[in-house]
Amino acid sequence: MKFMFLVYSDEKAWTPEEWNQCTLDSARICHELSEKGQFLGASPLHPVATATSVRVRQGKRLLTDGPFAETTEQLGGYFLVDVPNLDEAIAIAARLPSAQKGTVEIRPLYELIGLPTSDKGLEPDSKRSNK
Amino acid sequence: MSGVPEQSDTAASVKDVEAVYRSESRRVFATLVRLVGDFDLAEESLHEAFVAALERWPVDGVPTNPRAWLVAAARFKAIDTIRRQSRFAASLGMLAARRQELSDPDEEIPDDRLRLIFTCCHPALAPATQIALTLREVCDLTTEEIAGAFLTAPATIAQRIVRGKARIRETGIPYVVPELAELPERLDSVLAVIYLVFNEGYSASSGESVTREPLIREAIRLARLLVELLPDAEAIGLLGLMLLHESRRPARTDPSGDLILLEFQDRTLWDQSLITEGRELVHRALRNPPVGVYTLQAAISALHSASQHYEATDWAHIVEWYDLLRQADPSPVVQLNRAVAVAMRDGPDEGLRLMDDLEKLDKLENYHLFHAARADLLRRAGRASDARKSYFRALDLTMQEPERRFLERQIRKL
Repeated sequence: MKFMFLVYSDEKAWTPEEWNQCTLDSARICHELSEKGQFLGASPLHPVATATSVRVRQGKRLLTDGPFAETTEQLGGYFLVDVPNLDEAIAIAARLPSAQKGTVEIRPLYELIGLPTSDKGLEPDSKRSNK
Repeated sequence: MSGVPEQSDTAASVKDVEAVYRSESRRVFATLVRLVGDFDLAEESLHEAFVAALERWPVDGVPTNPRAWLVAAARFKAIDTIRRQSRFAASLGMLAARRQELSDPDEEIPDDRLRLIFTCCHPALAPATQIALTLREVCDLTTEEIAGAFLTAPATIAQRIVRGKARIRETGIPYVVPELAELPERLDSVLAVIYLVFNEGYSASSGESVTREPLIREAIRLARLLVELLPDAEAIGLLGLMLLHESRRPARTDPSGDLILLEFQDRTLWDQSLITEGRELVHRALRNPPVGVYTLQAAISALHSASQHYEATDWAHIVEWYDLLRQADPSPVVQLNRAVAVAMRDGPDEGLRLMDDLEKLDKLENYHLFHAARADLLRRAGRASDARKSYFRALDLTMQEPERRFLERQIRKL
């Protein structure tokens, strides 16, 4: 089963050192998962201040700078994993450093049949821009 | 069923099939959930297998191993269903894989019922859903019975069960006994479900009567099953605790259904065989440290059971157990019970002092038993008018009829 982990925490609660350590530790877990064939993708997100929200109403495009909803904890990154069941997903999520500071929401993917596959869609921006 | 020949000469009656249904249906169901990986398909094929048994057994006799017969029959029905559905299903490959799994049924693994319990009590399900699913799928209570026991509308329970099963399917909650590393945490949620069911049966939170026997029975049955399959110390302690409580049920209410406190119970009515079994379980649990909260409560209950009169209770020992319990579970309710035990050991004033601290610290303001216990100590201390105030406060807060009548009697007696 494929699961997405949505990582929520208070952005302001992180020092730059903590944030760096978190990405290093998370990256190590990603490599472990990758060796077991369980890693599909992951990335931190830029702060919520960079968010742009789009709605189309009566054919009109409405843009808002900022997130869909103002909350005390913000979506700060995601992981995509492929593991046999929820228990294994919980075990991985509980190891993520972000779970110590914030909340990791686990959501099973609703898999649509017939979507195109891409090997670069989930890669972080920086790698793509080097091409 | 050993000793019954494979092709019995004596034809089975409907009664025989019903007897097998009562004793085996949940075991067969647990195995089927593993084999077909879906609660609803397992339930449906289980019923079809019993329909087949009603047709075949009166002709062929009861098979030597009825459970294996039923699992095999249900498996064929499930394969049939999947084959029929496959015409409409999107992913044929997935169904082929599932048919492959289905074509290889192991014989029943004793773990199947344990898997079922762990799945129904998975911490990713809300407690209300865990309870409804466990009573429905493990205990085989009907939706109406569960609704009756919890004074809820059957439609609410039915919806909870349907949503629970959908959540198990969609979120990928596995059908497994958890690994050793996760076992303590997962077992906690199983024990909590069993204890919640028991408590609702033993001290109904609302309604006309004090107890609801079906819930007590199911909770004890579940705990026995758990102890048999997974003899963990806390599971043993919980079973002991429930048996010791249950031993007092005949003495807990008067003929009109009103509550009688431990202090005034006729102890000759206590069920001695339950007490003996409960005490043995407590000793067994205490031999396997670390000692957990259920075992500690059971040890306290065992001390009450050992005493001929309320006054002769070994309060000093009980306070010692409460000290340990308070370390394991510093909840306000434990502190309140400890204060009562201290009052019995050292006099009501000492207990009242502890209760005053509790009221400030732990927001017990809206807990009816806090005010009832406080009223009782005030009465013992000879402070009738303060006692009256506390009894009235408790009366305002309780939602259970017999308890209301009890409090009114206490007020009249002042």
